[in-house]
Amino acid sequence: MTRLAVPKTYKLYIGGAFPRSESGRVYEVVTKRGAFIANAAKGSRKDARDAVRAARAAVSGWAGATGYNRGQVLYRIAELLEGRRVQFVDEIRAGEGVSETVAQQQVDSAIDVWVWYAGWADKYVQVAGNTNPVAGPYFNISTPEPTGVVAVIAPQDSSLLGLVSVLAPVLVSGNTAVVVASETLPLSAISLSEILATSDVPAGVVNVLTGSPAEIAPWLASHADVNALDLAGAEALDWIDLQIAAADTLKRVLPPEPGIPAPSVHRITFFTETKTVWHPKGLI
Amino acid sequence: MTFLDYAPAPESRSILHLKKSYGLFINGDFVDGHGTPFTTISPADESPIAQIASANAQDVDAAVAAARRAYETTWSRMSGSDRGKYLFRIARLVQERTRELAVAESLDNGKPIKESRDVDVPMVAAWFFYYAGWADKLDYAGLGAGPRPLGVAAQVIPWNFPLMMLAWKIAPALAAGNTVVIKPAETTPLSALIFAEILQQADLPAGVVNIITGAGDTGSALVNHPDVNKVAFTGSTAVGRAIAKSTAGTGKKITLELGGKAANIVFDDAPMDQAIEGIVNGIFFNQGHVCCAGSRLLVQENVHDEVISRLKQRLSTLRMGDPLDKNTDIGAINSRAQLERIRTLSDVGEAEGAKRWSAQCVIPDKGFWFAPTIFTGVSTSHRIAREEIFGPVLSVLTFRTPAEAIAKANNTPYGLSAGIWTDKGSRILAVADKLKAGVVWANTFNRFDPSSPFGGYKESGYGREGGRHGLAAYLQAPSALPMVEPAANPARKRRNSTKGTRK
Repeated sequence: MTRLAVPKTYKLYIGGAFPRSESGRVYEVVTKRGAFIANAAKGSRKDARDAVRAARAAVSGWAGATGYNRGQVLYRIAELLEGRRVQFVDEIRAGEGVSETVAQQQVDSAIDVWVWYAGWADKYVQVAGNTNPVAGPYFNISTPEPTGVVAVIAPQDSSLLGLVSVLAPVLVSGNTAVVVASETLPLSAISLSEILATSDVPAGVVNVLTGSPAEIAPWLASHADVNALDLAGAEALDWIDLQIAAADTLKRVLPPEPGIPAPSVHRITFFTETKTVWHPKGLI
Repeated sequence: MTFLDYAPAPESRSILHLKKSYGLFINGDFVDGHGTPFTTISPADESPIAQIASANAQDVDAAVAAARRAYETTWSRMSGSDRGKYLFRIARLVQERTRELAVAESLDNGKPIKESRDVDVPMVAAWFFYYAGWADKLDYAGLGAGPRPLGVAAQVIPWNFPLMMLAWKIAPALAAGNTVVIKPAETTPLSALIFAEILQQADLPAGVVNIITGAGDTGSALVNHPDVNKVAFTGSTAVGRAIAKSTAGTGKKITLELGGKAANIVFDDAPMDQAIEGIVNGIFFNQGHVCCAGSRLLVQENVHDEVISRLKQRLSTLRMGDPLDKNTDIGAINSRAQLERIRTLSDVGEAEGAKRWSAQCVIPDKGFWFAPTIFTGVSTSHRIAREEIFGPVLSVLTFRTPAEAIAKANNTPYGLSAGIWTDKGSRILAVADKLKAGVVWANTFNRFDPSSPFGGYKESGYGREGGRHGLAAYLQAPSALPMVEPAANPARKRRNSTKGTRK
């Protein structure tokens, strides 16, 4: 006699909580062969706005933490990913229809990418910033700072690795994120949210929406309290319209990148602003 | 005669050898434009200076084609050290012709000669010197070894620092190996056209820099030209937004340096003598025609009256008048249209309840003038606290606590610059950390240097100019994906499917 399993309800992750979509809508997540796996929440415009509000509220705390602290908090996520690897492997296999080995490789890569980015938290400033030898008696230094709230359209053809490859670089510098997960492969995103919720990442730093990117993305692109837009997984959308909408408040926009973006410092610095501070040093 | 009455000391115009009319500088030569020519005037007395050609779409095509040719056949193949030597030549020629350029700039723009002579033109030379040295050191720009130029850069610049903005744009573009089509502002084309002569003297290969004059439609045709790879624009946020929209999806790399509404924060422990000078410099430098001007004075409540009274005293000593006079502090407003905007917003300030004070100045009969003006009793919601006035108008707000000062300073869609005045070092650093501004001047204001990145947060634009960061804006990483092929309709063209390194 086999035991009857207890299936999981997958919900959104907003402000550290796991609400259902305010719209009450769900959509079916299915295997490669079309078999039902779970109902995922179908995020709405209101959910997107709630997520932006939570993300905005979390900026000052996360951006204000030291790089050392952010690095440790993020490194801890990698530790927790290791502990839950079986769950991720199962979800990836179910959703993507890949072998256990391939799924394991994806989890391995995701953990390694996460660790790689976590290590940058207290270093990228040294690489992207510098003092400036101005022609006068002034102390002058340029440092990168997080740009604020970043809306991310995650790669659509990857469960975990794609998500991690776009989320981690946004967080490293102290930005907060509203991520629209892969529409067809959203389960890992919610399971990652469960890790985030039980880690030291403050509530609101990461907000995950499942549902239709085509429906949600325009509201994020035009939202005045979003500072930047990562269109990594938006290639199949009318992303030029998203970029045009983003121009209303001059958001920084990273265009779509097919496949899974390779780890790069550029992904960190793209979502930063360089601040240059001057002070006279004439008096002795 | 009081101590303020100086004898006139005008700089002579005889150093200028202006032509009656100027064509477009395309492919190394002055050629006729196909648009309707216009006359550039002196804003100080409205007298005509020269007739200027206007570039239409056909001329823009020709200029971009010349730049593309020069990029492919000459400039991108030249060694970095040779590119650098051309830039050094340009820097030297600018230094040699400093006085002439300064006179031309003050004549055409209306800014005091002491500013064009001591700030604008020396900064132009400095910019070319700085980036000249970068041309053969691009591996250290921060993009990895062997970075590549972008191609043809379309550059559109404003009228407030005509030649300085030109240098900010051209120097890093050329150092990185790009070629340039640049459009100076409609009201201030003169110094750019003299600069074209300097390029001829420097024997810069034809087409590496093309200078086309005209109004907004010329600029629009230029930035939207399908064979352009990089757009750099300095000007209003409205136009910057339009550029961001029209270039969406084209893969053009964009730098936008747009408006500002900088907060200049004065704490009660500020070094007051320096602060007063800094406030005056912050908003009345260049008649306030400065995107990073300290147009919102946030002063701690307990020193408000002292600061205002000393400011009024100081402003009463400023000398407004002939821009070519060496004793002039405040020159002419650049154009009638700008004067109208300043007047309109100032009237709105009064209508919304702020209290207006203007320095007593003798306003010349001809030309465009606006006396240095302070509004007190301004609140955050007033239009004069929110909109860029781009004139000699200071809006004064008060605060009690540092937290309130920071909240008010950041309460704007702009984020270009900010000022902090306090003798407490720890407070300077803490406040600077929390200000959403690309440049923070502490116990100083309006300092610029070619090695120092400049540019804004939020709706003040994106990208930085100056320093290593400004150089990187004209480069792509060696592993970067190939540039998008030019599209007939850029707004609808998708970025090409690209192959890069990925897992």
